[in-house]
Amino acid sequence: MNKWEDNKAWFLVLPVFVIVAFSAILPLMTVVNYSIQDIFGPGERVFVGLEWFEEVLADPRLHEALMRQFLFSGLVLLIEIPLGIGIALLMPKKGWGASLSLVLMALPLLIPWNVIGTIWIVFTRPDIGLFGSFINGIGIPFDHTASPIQAWITLILMEVWHWTPLVVLLAYAGLRAIPEAYFQAAKIDGASAWAVFKYIQLPKMRGVLTIALLLRFMDSFLIYAEPFVLTGGGPGNTTTFLSIYLVKIAVGQFDLGPAAAFSLIYFLIILLLSWLFYQVLQNAGKGDA
Amino acid sequence: MGLSLKNMQKKVDGEIHLTNINLDFESGSRNVILGRTLSGKTSLLRLMAGLDRPTKGQLLLDGKDITGMSVRKRSIAMVYQQFINYPSFTVYDNIASPLKVSKMDKKEIDRRVQEAAHMLHLEEMLDRLPSELSGGQQQRTAIARAIVRDAELLLLDEPLVNLDYKLREELQIELQEIFKKRESIVVYTTTEPAEALMLGGNIVVLDEGRVLQTGSTPDVYHHPATTKVAEVFSDPPINYISCDLKESQIQLGGGVAFPLSGRLKTLSDASYKLGVRSNHFYLRRKNDEDIRLTVKVELAEINGSETFIHADFNGERIVIQEVGIYSRKIGSEIEVYVNPSRFFVYSDTGQLVMSPS
Repeated sequence: MNKWEDNKAWFLVLPVFVIVAFSAILPLMTVVNYSIQDIFGPGERVFVGLEWFEEVLADPRLHEALMRQFLFSGLVLLIEIPLGIGIALLMPKKGWGASLSLVLMALPLLIPWNVIGTIWIVFTRPDIGLFGSFINGIGIPFDHTASPIQAWITLILMEVWHWTPLVVLLAYAGLRAIPEAYFQAAKIDGASAWAVFKYIQLPKMRGVLTIALLLRFMDSFLIYAEPFVLTGGGPGNTTTFLSIYLVKIAVGQFDLGPAAAFSLIYFLIILLLSWLFYQVLQNAGKGDA
Repeated sequence: MGLSLKNMQKKVDGEIHLTNINLDFESGSRNVILGRTLSGKTSLLRLMAGLDRPTKGQLLLDGKDITGMSVRKRSIAMVYQQFINYPSFTVYDNIASPLKVSKMDKKEIDRRVQEAAHMLHLEEMLDRLPSELSGGQQQRTAIARAIVRDAELLLLDEPLVNLDYKLREELQIELQEIFKKRESIVVYTTTEPAEALMLGGNIVVLDEGRVLQTGSTPDVYHHPATTKVAEVFSDPPINYISCDLKESQIQLGGGVAFPLSGRLKTLSDASYKLGVRSNHFYLRRKNDEDIRLTVKVELAEINGSETFIHADFNGERIVIQEVGIYSRKIGSEIEVYVNPSRFFVYSDTGQLVMSPS
């Protein structure tokens, strides 16, 4: 009976609650606050309801940025996931080769994101860059600051170079966790290499691949630092992704209301899509150990 | 007719895993490979399956050399310690998988799958995925997959080791029935003497990569040729008491001596090792001929309905296994009895001189 009145246990969760409140809930509520008010200065604010949401949702430039974002994330996932699995399958299973390839794979992941952009600026410069001057050298004019297509190719190459290793490491860990006896059993059954991949390796990797897909989707959908450094959203607006556009509104134009409404929509899109991916992957080939 | 291993050797990175393996397995025979962990049981199975190539030696099937033949072309089925099934296939498809690869007629596949499922009591589970089964059912599925194709060679590598003892006993009994109906060569590895005895057939006792003894399983159990075989083939390990035979008396340490009787009279004067299985020691006198040993209790453990007493007899460690529950104080001196007719007599070098009649 007294059980329900004894609330001391709340004190035990209090530290976590405070940390989460300050790190996640309060900032989020501030954004919500901004998104429904027009703020002129300290103490001068007007409640505007859903006006900012309506304005943002009707913004054609946001629509374009959203489409670009989908195209970018889609392309990146289509390349990185199969490529990552492929590389993980080819990597040595033991010995110094395994250690070496793991270290090589981890290298791009250790570099700060804005430095990645800088590296690729130099790498792709048409005059002195190894990549840029090579492409120009074989007779194809290359300048990602002038050609939108080339800017996209450069960005995707950079993203693939930067993040495929994460998929590789996850897939590799998943592959190494499969007991050797599975492969013996398949060999004795006379199964082909393709059948081994399809019926043993892929189902056994489903868990780690779900994580890889979710992480890669979220990160590529939120991408900011690398394109900001490499292309600055150009040429024109052709590489202006959602986060770059958001920063332009919030910091460039200081339109806090629309920027806050935009942020919330952005957040909800990512939440919805992640949930969708998760559900689809959980139900595909259900029941794999 | 059958499978023969001729002078086989397997070295990995200069380390000898198996050496001097000469074995014959007849078609339709049941064979147990008994050995401790790391004795080379799995390596031997892998060689027989063709998953590994021997460093030296030949593998003959019905007199034909198949040493270099690829695994795919051989007719083998194997069951592992881990429960190995295709994760995304149902139980039915798992059992059918080896038949589908060999492009068999659909109706025949169905008939065989149903038959195998019936034998292993999986009829109700055919639509389920492996992850929806208990461990025992997963291993049943793996066994069904192995027997469904009537392979010439059926290899089972400690298949029951990951199951709890109830399931293990259940499957041990069922497996005997299943093996009886096979024409294939069945080879079953285990670390447990009791399991080996239950399966019967022929036995190969393996230790540190060498074959110690072969023969019919009960025969080897009753006449272990060396102390090593007796150790591997007893659980708890067999006890040894050193003794000297002088003036028609067997003199154990600590002043214990007894006159020769029965078959022991034919022994000549020398030093011997007497082997006694733990279940042949008793805490009470059973017989007039029994000799009495005074031992010091080091540990008493109760296991189910049995008591294991670890004790010291003149610096030699012995284990007494007695049915029933007894408590004995650690450090106390107790008396144990053994009938001389139960002695395995081994020479100083560990060769069997005489086994109990």
